[in-house]
Amino acid sequence: MIWDAIFQPFADFGFMRRALLGCFAISVGATPVGVFLMLRRMSLTGDAMAHAILPGAAVGYLIAGLSLGAMTIGGLIAGMAVALLSGLVTRVTALREDASLAAFYLISLALGVLIVSTRGSNVDLMHVLFGTVLALDDAALILLCSITSLSVLILAALFRLLVLECADPQFLRSVSGLSALTHFIFLALVVLNLVGGFHALGTLMAVGIMILPAAAARFWATSIGGLVLVAIAVAMLSSLIGLLLSFHYSLPSGPAIILVAGVAYGISLLFGPSGGLIAQAMPRRHSEV
Amino acid sequence: MKTKRMLLKSAAVILALTVAGPAAAQANKPIPVVATFSILGDMVERIGGEHVAVVTLVGPDGDAHVYQPTPADARAVNKAKVLVVNGLEFEGWLDRLIDASDFNGMRVKATDGIEPIPFEEGADHAKHDDDEKHKDHGKQDEHAKDDDHGAFDPHAWQSLSNAVVYVDNITATLSKADSSNAATYYMNRAAYVAEIQALDADIRAIVAKLPADRRTVVTSHDAFQYFGRDYGLTFLAPQGLSTESAVSAKDIAHLIEQIREQRIPAVFMENISDPRLLKQIANETRAAIGGTLYPGALSAPNGPARTYLRMMRHNATALARALGS
Repeated sequence: MIWDAIFQPFADFGFMRRALLGCFAISVGATPVGVFLMLRRMSLTGDAMAHAILPGAAVGYLIAGLSLGAMTIGGLIAGMAVALLSGLVTRVTALREDASLAAFYLISLALGVLIVSTRGSNVDLMHVLFGTVLALDDAALILLCSITSLSVLILAALFRLLVLECADPQFLRSVSGLSALTHFIFLALVVLNLVGGFHALGTLMAVGIMILPAAAARFWATSIGGLVLVAIAVAMLSSLIGLLLSFHYSLPSGPAIILVAGVAYGISLLFGPSGGLIAQAMPRRHSEV
Repeated sequence: MKTKRMLLKSAAVILALTVAGPAAAQANKPIPVVATFSILGDMVERIGGEHVAVVTLVGPDGDAHVYQPTPADARAVNKAKVLVVNGLEFEGWLDRLIDASDFNGMRVKATDGIEPIPFEEGADHAKHDDDEKHKDHGKQDEHAKDDDHGAFDPHAWQSLSNAVVYVDNITATLSKADSSNAATYYMNRAAYVAEIQALDADIRAIVAKLPADRRTVVTSHDAFQYFGRDYGLTFLAPQGLSTESAVSAKDIAHLIEQIREQRIPAVFMENISDPRLLKQIANETRAAIGGTLYPGALSAPNGPARTYLRMMRHNATALARALGS
């Protein structure tokens, strides 16, 4: 019975196994990035970046059709351009980062929509821009896994610097010239993971798998390592349950996965021991951390 | 052949000019015609020739289901003397466009007089198509939601015998709108209909060779019912696949099981929908990818389906190649 419900779909259908592998890759790659976004109070940056990527991918599609390479490169270029330009403006002018990021992603988005409509193709772009996790081919899976590997390696190398930047950015800036570099590499990781995620889940859903598990983990763990591990676990479980719901109840898979992550966030919000609503309402026992 | 037709055409023009004396000055100027999508545009051009200036709203490789009209379209419709539409609720966005553009020419519904296929054929598909219609209309045409969810399959041009009806309807309206050239229109019509009927005979001969157990294919959107009826093929269009963003794992699993159980030999991609999913499905079953079919839009001018007749021939040969092998 349980075997039938949980394992049979994956045993019978290759596309389910591919979907699960793709989701797990995103979970491992994007979620830690999401944790750092959250710690640096940049959770909405993920959303802005997703919008910045979308036109790049659309332009790639218009130039080369449904080509994984063109859409990835287009998305990367658009995302990195927005990240670099907004970072530059922040560093050399008085405009704060959130405002300059908003300005550039809106420009990028408008430019993308303009290019798409003047080209006059009426193929519904939403079909293209909302990738579906059920149609991952070999190339897409390899891309996803490569992005995840790269992302994990870079995060490991930058871990200490990133933690410092989260905890005390002023200190890092005063003792090391690496602050700006760390920031840009980190933004590059955000873009890279969103571009990977959009092949599987579509740009907008990719933000969900990046941010929601991180937000949920916040109510369970206190150390950064703990946050990352819990977030990855939440993301993987959400992927599995979401795919199974999509299989058994005929729900679209992308939204199903993100909604399961949303439910995980809701449960964490209520029951999480570290700052959850119920834990806050209970009288505190100071002997415990 | 071509020069002969040209000669006939010019003879007819001279005839028309002499007969319709007063209208002669007008006859030199092509009349503005708007066709809603590429297939109708091609037909109008064949019938009207140099006497019409055709504007096609949804161009090659465009999906008329999800089209969003632009102000330029409204201007074209406003200037048009004849507006050629498919009907059967194919162009859900059309009424709004006509309202917005203050159109006061003649409107011809190309499907007038055909025998439409209701969506209820095959209980499995009926619900799906209904759902899909609702979804589509929700996106583009809120007020039409209740009265306008098509009961009939609008892809009637997929039948060559329907195409003759299309051509007759268009010819009659063009002739009414521009009576000075009516003789030319009817002459062009005769040549075109002859070509259509010859192609119909060709396709019948091609399809007749297919064995009875290899007559089912999978396509990504349910647009070939008329073709199937004419030539005795079965087209399966899986639930949800045409709205790619909302596809569920269950739909795909169901389709894969169906392909495995019925040993369906081929799946086909279409020029107006996302091929990635079908490629995956083909990978997972033994079905071959039979190539690209053109359900509702012509290809770009350098593609294999740049005219309506080429499109029909391309579809038939692609199907026969995949099923016959």
